Formats: sequence, C-alpha cells, structure tokens
Amino acid sequence: MKALILILLLMPFMVLAEEDIATLRSADISIEPDAPRMGNEENKDMKRKRNYPMQPPTIPHKVSGYRIDLNSNKCLSCHSRRQVTDSQAPMISVTHYMDRDGNFLAEVSPRRYFCNQCHVLQKEVKPLVGNYFEDIDTVLKNKK
Amino acid sequence: MLNKIKEIWQTINSPSHYYSLGILIIAGFAAGIIFWGSFNTVLEATNTETFCISCHEMNNNVYQELKSTIHYTNRSGVRATCPDCHVPHNWTDKIARKMQASKEVWGKIFKTIDTREKFLAKRKELAQHEWDRFKANDSLECRNCHDFQYMDFTRQGKRAEQAHSSGLANGEKTCIDCHKGIAHELPDMAGVEGW
Repeated sequence: MKALILILLLMPFMVLAEEDIATLRSADISIEPDAPRMGNEENKDMKRKRNYPMQPPTIPHKVSGYRIDLNSNKCLSCHSRRQVTDSQAPMISVTHYMDRDGNFLAEVSPRRYFCNQCHVLQKEVKPLVGNYFEDIDTVLKNKK
Repeated sequence: MLNKIKEIWQTINSPSHYYSLGILIIAGFAAGIIFWGSFNTVLEATNTETFCISCHEMNNNVYQELKSTIHYTNRSGVRATCPDCHVPHNWTDKIARKMQASKEVWGKIFKTIDTREKFLAKRKELAQHEWDRFKANDSLECRNCHDFQYMDFTRQGKRAEQAHSSGLANGEKTCIDCHKGIAHELPDMAGVEGW
C-alpha cells in the first residue's frame, strides 16, 4: 500500500524524467520512422593510424558476408599465422595466441576468436555525435 | 513366361502386315517428338528451384541460408537459382548429374537428412561432394556467369584483383578454392585447406 502511494506521488516526476531521456529513436513508439541510409564500407585496404597504441586496428576492407561462428572464421582464413604466406595479410597479434595467464597456445585463443568484438569496419558517414578525443601527441604538444 | 517373350519378339521381329512404310515412319517420327518432348519437359521441370525446395530438406536448410546471400538478393536483382550452380548446363553433363541425383531420391525415401540435426551431422560430407565437383570441373557453374575473360580488374578491390590476377589467372586455383560458403553456411572447417 505504502509503495503504491509512493508511486502515485512520484508519477508526475517520472513522466518528466521520461521526456528528458535522450533517444536515437526520434519518433513516437507507434510510428515506424525511416531508417537512416546505410553508409558505404571503407574498402581502401589502407591502414588507419591508431589513436592509442593498444587500440584494436580498424578493418580497412569490406567484410559483408564474413562468417565467424563455431564452424568457421572467415577472418582467420587470411589473418591467422598459417595463412599469411598465401594472403600477405597482417598476422593477428601474438596476444591472440595467448591465454589470460600469458601461456602461448597453438591456435587462436577462444577469448580472441570473435574478431568483430574489437575490430570494426569504418563507414563514410557523418558522425551522429561530436568527438573531442585527442591522441597523446596532441596532448603533449598542447601542454608545452 | 518364356513363350510369351518369344511371342512378343516374333511380333516385333516380323514385318508389318497392315501399315505402310510411310505411315510407320511418320508415326514413329511423331511418337519420337512426343516422347523426347515429354522427357525433356519433365527433366527441365526437375531442374527448377520450385522443384528443389518442394522437399523440406532443401527448403528448410540450404534454401533459407541462400536467402541472405548475394546470390539471392542484391542491388541489380540478378539472381542464381539452385540448378544454376548445382547442375551443369551442358546436356551430357546434366544427364550424368541427374543420374547421380538418384542417390538423393534414395536419401529422401530413407530419410537420411530429414531433420535439422541429421542434416548438420552430414553437412561436411555433402559440402565436400560439392567442393570436389567444383574442383574437378574447374568451377564450371561459377564460370557460366563469372567469365574470367571479361573480368575488369580495375573495378575490383585491391585484394580481389591481386588474387584473381595471380592464382586464378595462371590456373593454379579455381573459384571454389577461396569462395567456399558464399551461398550457404559452412560445416566445421577444421582440417579444410585454407581455413
């Protein structure tokens, strides 16, 4: 009973709070808004500079239709240690062959298997939100 | 039984009593057209996607997987149907493949892949058959549409251009060597060359 009264009392504030919530869906729930156009995947095969040394490198090529599942991993068919002679693709880093205790494994570590958890492709689109990230070189330069 | 066979043989072996040679020739010609026509019509009817997916084994597994790939839906709306890739277009090869396909009728009758589980368990073997077939005929069914002669490397990505102008151009490799699993999901690829 007490809880119900509390909820009733708080109701006006809850409605207010709801209006403040930022949302990507800028339309009423009953309306199906037009989806934004899909951007083109970057396919230049040119490495991008990393913003910080530990950043997972971005994918500079198309990956549509690349399957990563229990049966197969399309990325590894070029980027695994075994395949780089044929593909001349960059080999995935040695950390991917290590378990979390630092022991080296024969195959890619299961915790590194799902490439697109960290490595993402890039699209030619206008960013939805601003970004004020500065890399370390800029920070050091501005400090002087 | 033996007498009956003898009797039939005698009828066939003796000249016609009633019909003129002309009638026999014309009738034989007409019957030939009808038989051949109907044979070919039935053959072509089995060579359509509707026929393939009339079995749930094909409809529920491989056909559903095809639907999300570029060979089913794409920007220009040109698409490949099952027989475009899985049955040779050339007549003699087609008949040979059709005779092989009697094994698939056997599989249908004895329910070798009638559940998803059975299908998945057998997937590697089935995929291997197709890979072997493509490898043996130099990916003929791919090349029916994707003719190497008319590929414009300048319109390809850097990596595609590199691969196509080296391995494919000198005949060392064929389409299926790199393009496995473009139209269907893959079986467990452990131990498959290049994976």
